[in-house]
Amino acid sequence: MPAEPLADRALPLPDVAARPDPAARGRRLPVVSLGIITIFVLVAILAPLLSPGDPGEQSLRNRFKPPVWMEGGSSRHLLGTDRLGRDMLSRIVWGSRVSLTAGVVTVLLASAFGAAVGLVAGYHGGTVDAVLMRVTDATMSFPVILLALILAVTVGPSFTNVVVAIAVILWARYARVIRGQVLTLMGLDFIAQARIAGAGAWRIITRHLFPNTLNTLVVLVTLQIGYVIIVEASLSFLGAGIPPPTPAWGSMISEGREFVTSAWWVSGLPGLAILLVVLAFNLLGDWLRDTLDPKLRQL
Amino acid sequence: MIRFVVSRVLQSLVALAILSVVVFVLARATGDPLQLILPMSATPEEYAEARHYLGLDRPYVEQYLSFVGRAVTGDFGNSLRARRPVIELIRERLPNSLRLAAFAMGISLSIAFPLGILAAVKKGTGLDRTAQVIAVLGQSLPTFWVAIVLVEVVAGRLQWLPAGGNQGFTSYVLPGFTLGWFVVAGMMRLLRSGMLEVLDSEYVKLARVKGVVEHRVVWMHALKNALIPVVTFAGIYFSILVTTAIVVETVFAWPGLGRLAYEGISSRDFPVIQAVVLTTAAIVAVVNLSVDCLYAVIDPRIRHAR
Repeated sequence: MPAEPLADRALPLPDVAARPDPAARGRRLPVVSLGIITIFVLVAILAPLLSPGDPGEQSLRNRFKPPVWMEGGSSRHLLGTDRLGRDMLSRIVWGSRVSLTAGVVTVLLASAFGAAVGLVAGYHGGTVDAVLMRVTDATMSFPVILLALILAVTVGPSFTNVVVAIAVILWARYARVIRGQVLTLMGLDFIAQARIAGAGAWRIITRHLFPNTLNTLVVLVTLQIGYVIIVEASLSFLGAGIPPPTPAWGSMISEGREFVTSAWWVSGLPGLAILLVVLAFNLLGDWLRDTLDPKLRQL
Repeated sequence: MIRFVVSRVLQSLVALAILSVVVFVLARATGDPLQLILPMSATPEEYAEARHYLGLDRPYVEQYLSFVGRAVTGDFGNSLRARRPVIELIRERLPNSLRLAAFAMGISLSIAFPLGILAAVKKGTGLDRTAQVIAVLGQSLPTFWVAIVLVEVVAGRLQWLPAGGNQGFTSYVLPGFTLGWFVVAGMMRLLRSGMLEVLDSEYVKLARVKGVVEHRVVWMHALKNALIPVVTFAGIYFSILVTTAIVVETVFAWPGLGRLAYEGISSRDFPVIQAVVLTTAAIVAVVNLSVDCLYAVIDPRIRHAR
């Protein structure tokens, strides 16, 4: 990210270009996105109460039952059943736990570490900055999925491995963006004044720099949760994510793969669930960005 | 300019060196490859002999240095499974992956460009909203899901296009579209916001006041500057493309590097894993380097910034 154009905005006069565009300012709260996210979060938390049955219970006599609104569907399985006669609704409900936890935990880990690196690199500059940024660049060029696949083979697929594999790569994005912001902030008067007042590195980083990067962090975190949910699902799909029998949306899609034309709901419905959640997070992230930090359009 | 290029080349080399250590460590961590190569009935002596023959009994530092020394000359050793030089496998697969990536990139550019520019010019209209919907969907739909649906419906039920493998041009359409789709979204949004910002700037207003015709304003004056953020992000798009390719190539049975990685990992073939990861990283590094240089050419501020 180029630091120069941003530096122009440190001028005392308000800069026209830095102001959010009028359309964005008047935008209403993204009720639909917030609603979808709230519903899925509640579903994930209350899964044991909401799930109509046991997500692992098989019933070979009830294989490939269609959802209730289709011909042959029954109210016992509102969203139908899969290849082994397991209830789709229960599996999707339990699957929301996996996806949401993976998304939130991974992004929080990555953002905490990445922000720390970005703050330190931007504050110290010089060699520290150069070394940290080279490591960041190297990390960014490593394909996430490849690392997760290697880990899955090394230590066996598990929830922890998925989270670690994604977080180990994802932090670099935060480090890059936060460092860029810190560089701009370091040129401003209030940092110089804090220094004159005798504030140490720790105090300047935690009290002065960090609060000023929070908006950016919030936007990035929201936008990345959706991305992580997709990556986790891709990994489960490739067999390197959450191992069966735990219901995960990615592996459900994979299991229904061969039956897309005959029993579309087996992989169609988990796909729809992913689409809804990710869409909601992306739209919310967009709204947050336009509202909190319009300079971040490129994120 | 030369100083800029040299320092960027050095940076890329350092990044690659760090990566090679990581790859080496990770590949060694994938478990004992001998268990896969040797028959079940192998004696401990045979294990020791094989270990010595493959150089696996030497100190790790020594193994690493000889690995790097040979890797630089393109010698990645033999695949433990295919029992052929890894470089041969890479040579077979890499062109397929590059062609698919180029095709996908072509698709995304030809959709993202007109759509991004038109959305900005006709801001707030139905076309703009449609473009936004396409973009948001592109970022929210899991690639592998799109891939499966295309394989099953377009290739399976409708039989319009081949479902997998590489049998001529028609084979490119489905994987290329799936791969390109994800990139379209980001690129289009970037171009749209860039165009909106530039169209609002003083010099565009001046051009309009001067009486420059509208299409010249849009295509000549505005586009040139709106392209800068798109170019900066081209490197990131490329890494995304590479990552997505692993999934897409696996679903479409595409004989490329991504599938080779998947196969290598599932059979713990670590010479293959090392080679694929390093080749991929080297390509990403070269692309990033060219992007940075291109960026410096387009935007003189960068050249003088450091």
